Amino acid sequence: MALNPKKNAMPSQEPQVRAHNFNEVALGYTRELALDEAARCLNCKNKPCVAGCPVNIDIPGFIMKVKEEDFEGAYQVINKTSSLPAVCGRVCPQETQCESKCTMGIKFEPVGIGRLERYVADWHNANATGKAQAPAPNGHKVAIVGAGPSGLTCAGDLAKKGYAVSIFEALHKAGGVLVYGIPEFRLPKAIVAKEVETLKELGVEVATNVVIGKTLTIDELFEKGFEAVFVGSGAGLPNFMNIPGEHFKGVYSANEFLTRSNLMKAYLDDPRTPIMKGGKVIVVGGGNVAMDAARTALRLGAEEVSIVYRRSMDELPARREEVEHAEEEGIVFRLLQNPVEILGFNNPDNPRDERNGFVCGMRVIKMELGEPDEKGRRRPVPIPGSEYELEADTVVIAIGTSPNPLIKDTTKGLEVNRHGGIVVNEDGLTSREGVYAGGDAVTGAATVISAMGAGKVAAAAIDEYLSNK
Amino acid sequence: MYKIVRKKELNPTVTQMEILAPLVANKALPGQFIILRVDEEGERIPLTVAGTDPKEGTVKIIFQIVGETTLRLNHKQEGEEIADFVGPLGRPTETEGIKKVCIVGGGVGCAIALPVAEEFHRLGAEVTSIIGFRSIDLLILEDEFKACSDRLIVMSDDGSYGRHGNVTVPLKEMLEAGEKFDLVLAIGPGVMMKFTVLTCKPFGVPCRVSMNPIMIDGTGMCGGCRLTLVRDGKRITKFACVDGPEFDGYEVDFDEAMSRGRMYFPYERHAYDEACNLFKQG
Repeated sequence: MALNPKKNAMPSQEPQVRAHNFNEVALGYTRELALDEAARCLNCKNKPCVAGCPVNIDIPGFIMKVKEEDFEGAYQVINKTSSLPAVCGRVCPQETQCESKCTMGIKFEPVGIGRLERYVADWHNANATGKAQAPAPNGHKVAIVGAGPSGLTCAGDLAKKGYAVSIFEALHKAGGVLVYGIPEFRLPKAIVAKEVETLKELGVEVATNVVIGKTLTIDELFEKGFEAVFVGSGAGLPNFMNIPGEHFKGVYSANEFLTRSNLMKAYLDDPRTPIMKGGKVIVVGGGNVAMDAARTALRLGAEEVSIVYRRSMDELPARREEVEHAEEEGIVFRLLQNPVEILGFNNPDNPRDERNGFVCGMRVIKMELGEPDEKGRRRPVPIPGSEYELEADTVVIAIGTSPNPLIKDTTKGLEVNRHGGIVVNEDGLTSREGVYAGGDAVTGAATVISAMGAGKVAAAAIDEYLSNK
Repeated sequence: MYKIVRKKELNPTVTQMEILAPLVANKALPGQFIILRVDEEGERIPLTVAGTDPKEGTVKIIFQIVGETTLRLNHKQEGEEIADFVGPLGRPTETEGIKKVCIVGGGVGCAIALPVAEEFHRLGAEVTSIIGFRSIDLLILEDEFKACSDRLIVMSDDGSYGRHGNVTVPLKEMLEAGEKFDLVLAIGPGVMMKFTVLTCKPFGVPCRVSMNPIMIDGTGMCGGCRLTLVRDGKRITKFACVDGPEFDGYEVDFDEAMSRGRMYFPYERHAYDEACNLFKQG
C-alpha cells in the first residue's frame, strides 16, 4: 500500500469568514480523514513519538485503535496518561514535540498526531455515554492551587489513584489560561468545561473564588487536613515595557484584553463587561498570546490589526500554524520594529474633551539584527534616526508575564528564583515538605502541555510521598 | 452562590448588604476589598469591605448605585444569592505606630473609611473623622462614626447639614491651628483625595489615600488597575489590587488615575440606561 507522503490537511473555516466570528477555526477531521491519517502511522517498535510527548501518551497504541475504528478504545489509551485530550489535541505544539520525532517525518510529513488526538477526544465527548468512575478512596487528601492545565492534570492523576482532591481557583470559573487566555476560536470553552466535568465525575472538588495566599494560606490548607499541596498558580503578572504612555486609556496588557473577551465574554453582542474595539489596533509581541490578541481584536471588529515585533519573521516565537492563520486573516506584521513611546490624545483647548487621555498612536523605531546573544538568537539593534509614528486606537502589550507573588509572599520557607518562579526539584517538590509546584508558576510563561507534564510529574511524586508516609 | 443575609437602604442611592461568605469574613481586615459578580453573565466589580462578622460568617458591603452592575445588585433582595464573592483582596490598612489619626471620608467612600476608623479606635488611637456629603439626603453612617471618633465633623457641599463646605476646610483649619496627626487617611472620590493631599502638603503631615480603579481579577493578573507613583522624580507603575489599595498620597498621579477611571464612561451610561429600562419593564 502506497503511503500518503503528506499529512491530511485540517478542514478549516475560510479566512474571510472566520475573521468575523468567534467559532472554532479548525473544524476537525472527519471519520474518513481520521482513518486515512491513522493508516499513515508505521506503528514503530521504538515509538520515538512517545518520548516527544511531555505526558507520554502511547501514541502508536491509540492510533492502532483508530485504525480498527475502535474510537472509544483509542480514547481509553490516551486517557491513561492525559487528563485533557480534547484540549491538547488543539493547543499542543505537536510540531516541536511528538510529531517532530515521528519516523514518517524523516522522509515525508509526520503523522498528524495532534489532529488524531483531537478527533478521538471529540468522538468520545460526542458519543460516550458512561460517566467516569471514581475509584475507591485511599484516605488521603490533596489540595491543588489553581485550576489551570497543571492543576487539572495533577488533580486528574491523583483522583484516578483514589485521592480526595480539592482544587482551589481564584477566578469564578475553572480552567485557568484555558478559559481566560486562549480564545474561543482556538479552544471552545465548552470543551474545557467538559474536561472539568469529567474530573468532577472522578470525585475532584472544585472550589472557585478562593485565592490561596489571601482567602486561605498554604499553611491553613495543611491545618485543614490536606497532606500535600500542589501549586499551579500560573504566571499571572503581566509585563509592561516601561516606556512613556503605557497608562493611556486603551492600552491593555494581553491578559486584560483576552480576559475581558474570553472569560468575561466581551465578544458577545451586548456584553456586561466592556472592551475597546474597532479602529486600529496594535499588538506588541510575537508569541502565541500576541497572535491570540491580534486575532481577537480582528474578530471584535477592528478595521486594521497589526503586530509590532522587534525581531524578524524567523524569530517569531509563536507556533507557525498560528502565524499562518493570522496572516491569512489579514493581520499586518510590522517586523523589526520596536515601540519607544505610546502617544495619547490631548486637546489643549478643551480639558473636558472626551478623547483626552485615550491612546492615539505609537512611536516606533526600526531595528536590525545584530550579533547573536548568549542563547544564539540574533539581538535586535535600533537603527538610529529611524523613528516614525503609527496610528492606534487600542494597544495590546503581549510581551510576557511573570509568576504571581501572592503565594510566595504568604508561604514561609518557599524558595523562589530571581524571576519569582518557585524553585522545585525534578519531582516538582519545593523547599517546603509536602508542597509541590509546576507549570508557569515555576517556569514563567510556557506552554499548556509543559504545564500538564509538570502536573503529572508532581502527581506521581505526591503519590509516592503519601504512600510511604 | 453567596446569600444576602441582610439588606438595608442607607440613602436613596446607597445600599448596605451583608453577604454570607465565611472564608472571607474570617480573614478580611480594614482596608481590604472583595470582588463580586451579581449573576452568571455579570461583570466583576471591586467593593471595599465595610465590616465583618466572623461568627456569623458575613461580610458587609456598602455600594452606591452608579452603573448597571450596582443597579442589578440593588435589585437583589434579602435571602437571594449572588453568583460570586471573592476576597479578601489587597493589603490591609497599616496601623502600626499611629497614635493620632485623621480620617477623611467623602460620599460613599465613608463606607470604606468607617471600618478603618473603627480599627484605629479599637487600637487606642485618637481618631478625628471628617466626613463629607453633597447634601443631607446623601448622609450615611453618622452614628457609626460618632461611636468610634474622638471628634467628628460632618460637612455638606450645599450647607444642608453640618458645616457648609468640603472636607478640606476643617482639615486645613486644624493643621493651621497646629494639630499634629501621625496620619491623614483620605477615602473618597479622586478629586477629593487629590485636594486632601494638597491641603496636607504645606504641613508635611503623612497622607495616605485609598484608590479604587477599574479592575477585573484583583490578583495582579490583568494589570488594568495600574497606577503611577512618582517617587524621587521617577514614575513607578503599581497595581492597586496587590500593591494597594492604599498608597502614599504624595506619590499618586491623581490626574492619570482619574482619567483612567473614565475609560468606559460612554459604555457605562449606555449599559445603565438599558438596565434601568429593563427593570422598569420588569
